[in-house]
Amino acid sequence: MGTASTDAARRRRKPKKKKRCTTKKVRSHGHVRTKKVCKPVKKKTVAKKVTPKLPAATLPTSATPPMTAPVAGPPAVPPQDPPPAPDPLVYHGTFGAREAERLLWRAGFGPRPGDVAALSALGLDAAVTSLTRPSGNATLNGPAPNADGSPLAPEDQYGHDHLFWLDRMVRSDQQLVERLALIFHDWFGVSTDAVGQVGLMLDHIDLYRRLCLGSFRDLLLEVTRDPAMLLFLNGVNSDKNSPNENFGREVMELFTLGADRGAYTEDDVRQAARALTGWRADYVNNVGWTNFRYDPSSHDSGLKTIFGHVGNFDWRDVIDLCLNNPYHRSFFVLKLWSYFVPTRPDAATQAALEKIYVDSDWSIRAVLEAILRHPALHTGAPLVKPPVVYSAGLLRARSRGVTSMSLLWWADGAGQRLFYPPNVSGWNDNAWLDTSTLYARWRLVYDVVEDDAPANNTYSSTETPAAAVAAALAYWGDPPLRDDSRQVLLTAATAAVPANATGSSASNKRGQRQTALRHLIAASPDLQAC
Amino acid sequence: MKNCCNDFTRSQLLHHATARAGAGLPSIEMGMPTPAGSGMTRRSMLLGGAGMFLTVYGADKLGLDAFETGIAEAATGPAQAVIVTIFLAGGIDGMSVLAPVADPGYQTMRTSTKLDATTTDPLTGYDALRWHKKAAGLKALHDASKVTIFPAISYDHPNQSHFTSRHFYEVGALDPAGSTGWLGRWLDIVGDVNNPIQGLSLGGQLSPMLASTKVAVSAVDSPSGYDFPSPGVWDSAVSTAMTASGFDHLGDAPAGDATVTQARQAHRNAALLRGQLNTTLPASPTTYPPNNGLARDLQGLAQLLDAGLPIRACSLQGNGGFDTHSNEISGFGDDLESNCLAIQAFQAHLEARGLADRVMTFVWSEFGRRPEENDSLGTDHGAAGVGFLVGTKASGQIIGEFPALDATGLDDNGNVRATSDFRSVYCSLLESWLNTDAAMVIPGADQLARYAVVKP
Repeated sequence: MGTASTDAARRRRKPKKKKRCTTKKVRSHGHVRTKKVCKPVKKKTVAKKVTPKLPAATLPTSATPPMTAPVAGPPAVPPQDPPPAPDPLVYHGTFGAREAERLLWRAGFGPRPGDVAALSALGLDAAVTSLTRPSGNATLNGPAPNADGSPLAPEDQYGHDHLFWLDRMVRSDQQLVERLALIFHDWFGVSTDAVGQVGLMLDHIDLYRRLCLGSFRDLLLEVTRDPAMLLFLNGVNSDKNSPNENFGREVMELFTLGADRGAYTEDDVRQAARALTGWRADYVNNVGWTNFRYDPSSHDSGLKTIFGHVGNFDWRDVIDLCLNNPYHRSFFVLKLWSYFVPTRPDAATQAALEKIYVDSDWSIRAVLEAILRHPALHTGAPLVKPPVVYSAGLLRARSRGVTSMSLLWWADGAGQRLFYPPNVSGWNDNAWLDTSTLYARWRLVYDVVEDDAPANNTYSSTETPAAAVAAALAYWGDPPLRDDSRQVLLTAATAAVPANATGSSASNKRGQRQTALRHLIAASPDLQAC
Repeated sequence: MKNCCNDFTRSQLLHHATARAGAGLPSIEMGMPTPAGSGMTRRSMLLGGAGMFLTVYGADKLGLDAFETGIAEAATGPAQAVIVTIFLAGGIDGMSVLAPVADPGYQTMRTSTKLDATTTDPLTGYDALRWHKKAAGLKALHDASKVTIFPAISYDHPNQSHFTSRHFYEVGALDPAGSTGWLGRWLDIVGDVNNPIQGLSLGGQLSPMLASTKVAVSAVDSPSGYDFPSPGVWDSAVSTAMTASGFDHLGDAPAGDATVTQARQAHRNAALLRGQLNTTLPASPTTYPPNNGLARDLQGLAQLLDAGLPIRACSLQGNGGFDTHSNEISGFGDDLESNCLAIQAFQAHLEARGLADRVMTFVWSEFGRRPEENDSLGTDHGAAGVGFLVGTKASGQIIGEFPALDATGLDDNGNVRATSDFRSVYCSLLESWLNTDAAMVIPGADQLARYAVVKP
């Protein structure tokens, strides 16, 4: 991959990066040479109106340890475990099986057998850090994948890209890393449809795996010059003579600041587009785009004015200007939060998260750990499982591996084909469930329960309806089906097999009832969310 | 897929890729044509009136409502002629469908795969060939003068790549760069921009034959409605109870929170929709062979036609894979039979519902196989193969003779010479069946012969 290796060195020298005070620099009016990054000095023009969001709370004075800032208010719940003082922004209730299961769905792809007990035994703090602080390389546990018997060839065989990543979701012992890779795939929305080169897409996702728990600044810098992104948002078609605004716009609207908040102007977009020029690549027949590089002669080195700051900015400066834009911190924490909790955080929570984010030099992990410990995650409403999360979770629940192209077809039918987000804003995470996508989810379950369908004359000929429901729930590891749904299943199970059935008919009817119960449970509306 | 070559597997995949995506295709070897239809946009829609999940290709600027409206409007016009194509993948061995048992060359070149009097039945009107007994379904239709036969169909300079030869048939020209299907081009002329099911593939993948540039076309996984079956639950009392008492009620009550309530509402909608759509398609009056994918698709197609949906062209894939490089005798007969029985049942269905005079079905494969057997008890890629047109309006004739298996009838590679050209079949169908000037659809149509494919 021809990434501009010369940039690596420059990037290394990133200073410790104190939020605000960065390189407070001179606005060079004439000097072409000096490029300066200006951090948000409070008195800049632009639409500076402070929105209701961050009420003071932010503006950390110094780099105090982030995480749980001691807040006076004593919580109603009595302090539990050892470490943190009672903090209303940390969940203090029981961290039992239900809580552990939910955490496994939110921060991963659902439990495998035994995972719930193991995680809940850790207690909340250790459970969270077991997810957020993986060490070394991920290990893939479980059966190796195949596509209807063929080994996976993600770069060469149609659809194998989806199966290849799905397999990692199913088998990786670093579940949160894969989940964050999916989240950032959604966040940045890069699609093979536009990039056209699967190899670049695989590298692109690897980037998220590498950087998803570090600094958002590092991640955004790497995304900005990632070949897939350079193709996706026209970075390589943008030079000083005709700057393309695509990335300049989306980096503000979708990646860091948000639209219609007064965070930037159209002119900022145009000026940023100039600053982002300089990337080039070559198209080679039968190879595709290659030799991605930064070419200073393509870069517009003139002065630009962005967010009211003036300088001969380049692509790094654009990123720093966005990150230091006062609207970024709230955008970031709210967007990240939305992937884990379906309801908005209250003002105190948002302020605390912003403080953590800024104090930690844009640490994704620091914010994430606070979210994963937050009471809203553990006691609030369930979150709809995105289609591939649901798909991977079905396999994990049964310790299965990826074995069939049908996993691609039905994930697609359910609305989420990996590597193909519908557009740069990613998937619509509020519209996963409708009559069409539910059908595809039904088919995903179909393929799993089909393999375990009891053979004729092998199933109990005496099992009671209640026992049948219990067995079917146990098949899935006793997921949190609600009481009224259990009652529906019991009614159906009772109606399905006459009590006086005998012989092989009794066995076969019960075997089929069991398959149908398993199917209904996993496909039930209750379990589309957790 | 049994005993098939890598090229065949790859060709299947690439076509799959075309159908599913239109972009992000796997890398293609040098010299291989890009499948027709690459680059077509697609989107899914639920066709409420028919209970189908259509994947609509092209016409991406239109709203989904426009499609439903377009379909409804198109359905109000007069019933029109329909063309169905069935692809037998892999290159079916024509000489094992219609066997030249009396040809001395057949006896010497086909030592392990040859048929004889006991495994064949006479072909009415043509003594040189005999039907494989497992083709009895087609034989019966032919005896009733409902099948036009092409015993040696191909084209000039036949290509032995599965992929390329198939591509020629699909685009209706000997053009590796062709990007539209011959039926897609026809629909571009006669179709309605808003009616995607005018060009329909069943089984979930769009056939490149239907790749159009102006009008919408579509693919659907199953025409048999919007149903929620469970695997292996064949006892109707069990499945009925689990659906009526279970599935239908899991969405009934609001849950304690908004998220699950929303999920339950969606589930409830699905259950209601299932009930509504369950009764939409007219019942099938005939029995189809069970566990037969082509039969399932054809039955669905007949039901859709019976329901009055404005389908003009439908492209399907037959059962099995016919790339019989080794051990040809195993499986071939069963695959042949399953296809023939499906077609026979389809024809009976159409006739029972008064639809038969509107529908013509073309059965094709990318090539035939080499007369001389290989050392693996199989046959390699050949040239001319067998093709059929099925329908009450089919002429019932045999178009072109089957060449002698000697120097006069075989080409320099030892393959069967063509005595009919698939492009001529297309031209003839366009003009005498679909009432369209073939020159508007098939390149070089004025240089191609016309055949008596339909009854006068």
